[in-house]
Amino acid sequence: MSTVYTETVVHAPPAEFVADAPYQLAIVSLDGGTRLTVRILGARVKIGDKVELAETRDGIEFFRLAS
Amino acid sequence: MGIGKTAFGAFPDRTLRSLAVEAGEKCLEDADVSASQIEAFYLGNFAGPGFVGQNHLAPFIASSLGITGIPCTRFENACASSGSAFFHAVSSVAAGLNDIVLVVGVEKMTSRSTPEVTEILSEAGDMGGEGRAGATFPALFAMIARRHMYQYGTTREHLAAVAVKNHANGAKNPLAHMRKVITMEQALAGKPISEPLTVFDCSLISDGAAAAIIVPFERASEFTDQPVRILGIAQTSDYVALDAKPDITTFWAVREAAEKAYKMAHVSARDIQFAEVHDCFTIAEIIATEDLGFIKKGEGGPYALEGRTAFRAERPINASGGLKSKGHPVGATGVGQICDVVMQIRGDAGDLQLDRHSLGLAQNLGGSGATAVVTVLGDI
Repeated sequence: MSTVYTETVVHAPPAEFVADAPYQLAIVSLDGGTRLTVRILGARVKIGDKVELAETRDGIEFFRLAS
Repeated sequence: MGIGKTAFGAFPDRTLRSLAVEAGEKCLEDADVSASQIEAFYLGNFAGPGFVGQNHLAPFIASSLGITGIPCTRFENACASSGSAFFHAVSSVAAGLNDIVLVVGVEKMTSRSTPEVTEILSEAGDMGGEGRAGATFPALFAMIARRHMYQYGTTREHLAAVAVKNHANGAKNPLAHMRKVITMEQALAGKPISEPLTVFDCSLISDGAAAAIIVPFERASEFTDQPVRILGIAQTSDYVALDAKPDITTFWAVREAAEKAYKMAHVSARDIQFAEVHDCFTIAEIIATEDLGFIKKGEGGPYALEGRTAFRAERPINASGGLKSKGHPVGATGVGQICDVVMQIRGDAGDLQLDRHSLGLAQNLGGSGATAVVTVLGDI
């Protein structure tokens, strides 16, 4: 299980992701302790929430609240 | 030592070259030095190629100032590009390689749209990791702010206090991009950019240039009767990716640079009378005051809200208005801060002049903390 270390909701995206905004971005601490910057799918998350990998798309990992 | 600065702002009619040349010429005039006396040229610029499509910028700018036949080199270290150029210029003088060197920092940003600028700025992060996921620079500092709030109880009001204070200072700065006083209510109600940061937590996309001439201290009297001495300087580094840093609420590179610069200057944090710090975002100023040792870790928010960094306070921070109000032409920012500190020490800061101004500090940060330059300057 991974944990949200920090997060933000991006309202002003770079040119490449204009169509996605607003989107939530998080740094998650994976099981082994490694941290990864990922996108959040579905419900917004906050620091300390448990999250899991939902899918990988275009080389981007999407996580969501753990069920 | 001489200094020269253009106004910072959005100048659709000005080219990168004309801004750099204006700052360089003002600086040569200030030091009463001719172009032919310059022995080495250091340019700080982050993204000239991306913003204006020009590379090979150091000899391009130097030759426009009439300077040829000497080493001309561009330094790119994100928002600490000209701080890094300044550090290496000082190093070459200190090593005895050169006696009279010119450093220019320049950026021309406003010719591109905001999403394009956002994308170019994000290249100062790790484009294979956080950048690929869609992290902008406001997003990285928003995540730093969230974590600082979580660990230390920092609030939106603490962040807004930095913006209100820097706008109050910058309103008096004739060279500032946004000379506008804002209220706490306005700062809190700003449009969200990357939560919890609003538009009032972010510095500005600006054009501008700044320059400085460095000479050995024993020769300074040949050029000025008001020499300002570089008492201590250090440049340090850290991981580029935010997610690679063990604790994102501290900029370790800043702590290490400050420690080294204080040691070189034989001073401690409490001796510093005023500072220009790198407030690319309000949270960055709060963390800078902690990392520079002005206040205990985690207490930077209340330190700002209680007015202890204000213009007439014990240790004014960003009396110039900071990046928040002055503007942040990224490649010009580091040398711009040096110019602001030098003006204070000389007593030439006009409406911005502080009461205690004999020992000041400049802190320049690159990316989300992978480069830091700290300089201690004094009148002795």
